[in-house]
Amino acid sequence: MPQSAEKILDHAPLFREPEYRKMLAEKKLNFECPHPDEIVSDQRDFTQTWEYREKNLARKALVVNPAKACQPLGAVFAAAGFERTMSFVHGSQGCVAYYRSHLSRHFKEPAAAVSSSMTEDAAVFGGLKNMVDGLANTYQLYDPKMIAVSTTCMAEVIGDDLHSFIQNAKDEDSVPRDFDVPFAHTPAFVGSHVDGYDNMVKGILEHFWKGQERTQVEGAINIIPGFDGFCVGNNRELKRLLDVMGVSYTFIQDASDQFDTPSDGEYRMYDGGTKINEVKKALNAEATLSLQHHNTRKTLGYCEEVGQATASFHYPLGVQATDEFLMEVAAISGKEIPEAIRLERGRLVDAMADSQSWLHGKKYAIYGDPDFVHAMARFVMETGGEPTHCLATNGTSAWEAGLKKLLASSPFGKAAQVWAGKDLWALRSLLFTEPVDLLIGNSYGKYLERDTGTPLIRLMFPIFDRHHHHRFALFGYQGALRVLTTILDKIFDKLDRETSETGVTDYSYDLTR
Amino acid sequence: MSREYENDGALHAKLIEEVLSHYPDKAAKRRKKHLNVAKSGNEAGGESEVLSECDVKSNIKSIPGVMTIRGCAYAGSKGVVWGPVKDMVHISHGPVGCGQYSWSQRRNYYVGTTGVDTFGTMQFTSDFQEKDIVFGGDKKLEQIIDEIEVLFPLNNGITVQSECPIGLIGDDTEAVSRKKTKEYDKTIVPVRCEGFRGVSQSLGHHIANDAIRDWVFDKKDVKFEAGPYDVNVIGDYNIGGDAWASRILLEEIGLRVVGNWSGDATLAEIERAPKAKLNLIHCYRSMNYICRHMEEKYGVAWMEYNFFGPSQIEASLRNIAKHFGPEIEEKTEKVIAKYRPLVDAVIAKYLSRLEGNTVMLYVGGLRPRHVVTAYEDLGMVIVGTGYEFAHSDDYQRTGHYVKNGTLIYDDVTGYELEKFIEGIRPNLVGSGIKEKYPVQKMGIPFRQMHSWDYSGPYHGYDGFAIFARDVDLAINNPVWDLFHAPWKRSRGDERAMAAE
Repeated sequence: MPQSAEKILDHAPLFREPEYRKMLAEKKLNFECPHPDEIVSDQRDFTQTWEYREKNLARKALVVNPAKACQPLGAVFAAAGFERTMSFVHGSQGCVAYYRSHLSRHFKEPAAAVSSSMTEDAAVFGGLKNMVDGLANTYQLYDPKMIAVSTTCMAEVIGDDLHSFIQNAKDEDSVPRDFDVPFAHTPAFVGSHVDGYDNMVKGILEHFWKGQERTQVEGAINIIPGFDGFCVGNNRELKRLLDVMGVSYTFIQDASDQFDTPSDGEYRMYDGGTKINEVKKALNAEATLSLQHHNTRKTLGYCEEVGQATASFHYPLGVQATDEFLMEVAAISGKEIPEAIRLERGRLVDAMADSQSWLHGKKYAIYGDPDFVHAMARFVMETGGEPTHCLATNGTSAWEAGLKKLLASSPFGKAAQVWAGKDLWALRSLLFTEPVDLLIGNSYGKYLERDTGTPLIRLMFPIFDRHHHHRFALFGYQGALRVLTTILDKIFDKLDRETSETGVTDYSYDLTR
Repeated sequence: MSREYENDGALHAKLIEEVLSHYPDKAAKRRKKHLNVAKSGNEAGGESEVLSECDVKSNIKSIPGVMTIRGCAYAGSKGVVWGPVKDMVHISHGPVGCGQYSWSQRRNYYVGTTGVDTFGTMQFTSDFQEKDIVFGGDKKLEQIIDEIEVLFPLNNGITVQSECPIGLIGDDTEAVSRKKTKEYDKTIVPVRCEGFRGVSQSLGHHIANDAIRDWVFDKKDVKFEAGPYDVNVIGDYNIGGDAWASRILLEEIGLRVVGNWSGDATLAEIERAPKAKLNLIHCYRSMNYICRHMEEKYGVAWMEYNFFGPSQIEASLRNIAKHFGPEIEEKTEKVIAKYRPLVDAVIAKYLSRLEGNTVMLYVGGLRPRHVVTAYEDLGMVIVGTGYEFAHSDDYQRTGHYVKNGTLIYDDVTGYELEKFIEGIRPNLVGSGIKEKYPVQKMGIPFRQMHSWDYSGPYHGYDGFAIFARDVDLAINNPVWDLFHAPWKRSRGDERAMAAE
């Protein structure tokens, strides 16, 4: 009997015990009707070949292990970045359960959102009644300052019109007439979560800005961070830099406090976020900067429409990307970049110089959201690494073109390949046929790590199986220092593991590296 | 070790009244029917005594905008019933999200070569685009099945798990499945589990059961030599290895588990199920339908059992053994005796650390009653419980488990659950990922009772030891005493000051 009260074995060791191994082997033999072992191992080997890769990349319809989610997830994340805002997703209720779970599993935090709980009758007659009742219930139960409405694909397929539905709900006194209910249509069959983010932020800005007089405040800057699983660490780090510079700025959408509430006995359903007054005033800013170009195309277009200057970045991570961001901020705000920040920069470069021999020539596969992949490829090249495979399932042709231009600008990007629209099963073939030293992505990459042996570095949403990484910044020089250390740790740990067998590799297991 | 206690029914009735007063009238009227306090059962006797009556409305539509915790039919079919069948490819048919959010989240353990002959922790989606909505997705589905056959030729079958748009745009996944079944001579199962169907995951379970009946049973000539002690385990999804910790016991008492539905299952195990002598059903809610069908059509008897905690395990083992006669009964007594020292040692280790601690539960369709006795075996007290998607027969069965005065909440809303927990302040809450962090912020220990909080198994004797350890580590961790900053007056003090 493997179990004892003294040493309780849970699943990880328990099923390795002989009783269970025997039981599972017999189950397989007697009851599972498996394919013969040889056929399985032949097929496994075949999946590692160029021939399989070609078939795999030729896929036109099937998607396997994509690295993207659907629009409303982005909308719910976006709404969480505004003061006391409840997400109300119009459509089937199961979707909302999924968004909440997904966000909670990554942030290890509560994630509140409600659904209009449409069922079959609503599919036939439309979901107006659900909207009218739902807004009234949400308003009364959860005491929000704003309700941000988005849609599931069900509501989109049947063509529910949010604008008129919300108007109707107000006519029926579901919420007060002057209560803010911005909305965005977020069909799951168009784009991905980054577009849902874009649509929701644009919807909120339009709600507050439309028809308002704009009086430009020189030097004032709006910052839109984009969908970012590291918002907790990143936004705070960026604010620190901007404060050091003395810039007048407003974050439009900031979920850093919402997804990092303290444990002190009180459950805060809402915390932090951009104040509604600030959103209104943000119309007057001289410029709006997007930290993630591919996350905010529509929103930035709207900012231009109202007369603001705009500029966009690709996730300001690493040396030159941070330089560019700070210089743009300096140019608009008229504030100088202080000496303290120059010293920070110097310390990062110092660290990179200290470690360059371990990083030079290392090959990487990088996947994730478009701007993140762009940023990471750029930083990897700054360290002398080669971003061999750059993949974004939700990458567009414009993303591909922009990234290719970046890669062509450095000798370290010459051999790089860009894979827009491909999934992680495609990446599996790429890793087998053109291997790399390191894989950068999120938790889903662990299956690639297991199959191909490529060490995985988790630096992007969602991270389910490691804790608290998102609480630390990747942005700015400080963030880059953390990314650098994370990469180095992975390299050193691997080297130590590979040289740790006494009597075999006593050499190379060096005390100083 | 059934414990005698009574809960504070008056307090619970007051809490119900309070939460209802915050709703708009229309919603309050509807929610009132779902909340109640368990009353002493008047009918006693028979094999098991009814402890209480849990009289609430259930299995009806959730109210819009209240933050229901429920999921959808797709979650019930793909996520629960079909997803764990490991040698089949399950296509999440529609937009990308549903498959993405449910990818690898239920911890249905299995052994196999993933991506080669086994596909459990993979996400196959048709990733619908606007053009698929406009022009229909049947052609795409055909192409997807063709591509699966090229890249994953060792799959033993395919299921098509419909997401919301499929039913709305009028696709004919049945026709595609029939055509492709013929072409590849493989089992291809269309499942009409669009998320807007029904009121919760529950209809998805039912639809998934029906799909087994209509698209798997009697489709192939199943070669299998049946034995006198053949059983199927139905409704064990092998979360954290639950089904394995159960199987080891059933084999020890002399039974042959010829199929496990659906944790760690292969299609073959499902196809041969009608040849078994007895269906043992754990999750009644999600799979009773197919058990009833197998009874009617193939004469396979079925029996509910409960492998949470030693009291229920012993009772269940004896019940099961009775069905097979003296030889099995004798072995069963030996098995119970063999594990008795482990049970005694576990209880001796944890009882004093847990005795009298109160628990509130809110889970899916089975565990809100099934785990009650396991906590009681550790000396704990269940003060409130409720289901996401139970039906009235589940609440009837709950009466056998809970004590007078227990707070009962059906399809609880985020608001209600928070207020109930605040009002009762139990020592432990057992619920899901969406509930975990709000509860912990309140300073109340929590265990996820869907995923076993990444631990498990919790079934069987091996599982009980882990369950006891986990409950103890949740409640007795020092972090709960660190919430209060020592330089701040406590909230109790502030309230006292305000009252003065």
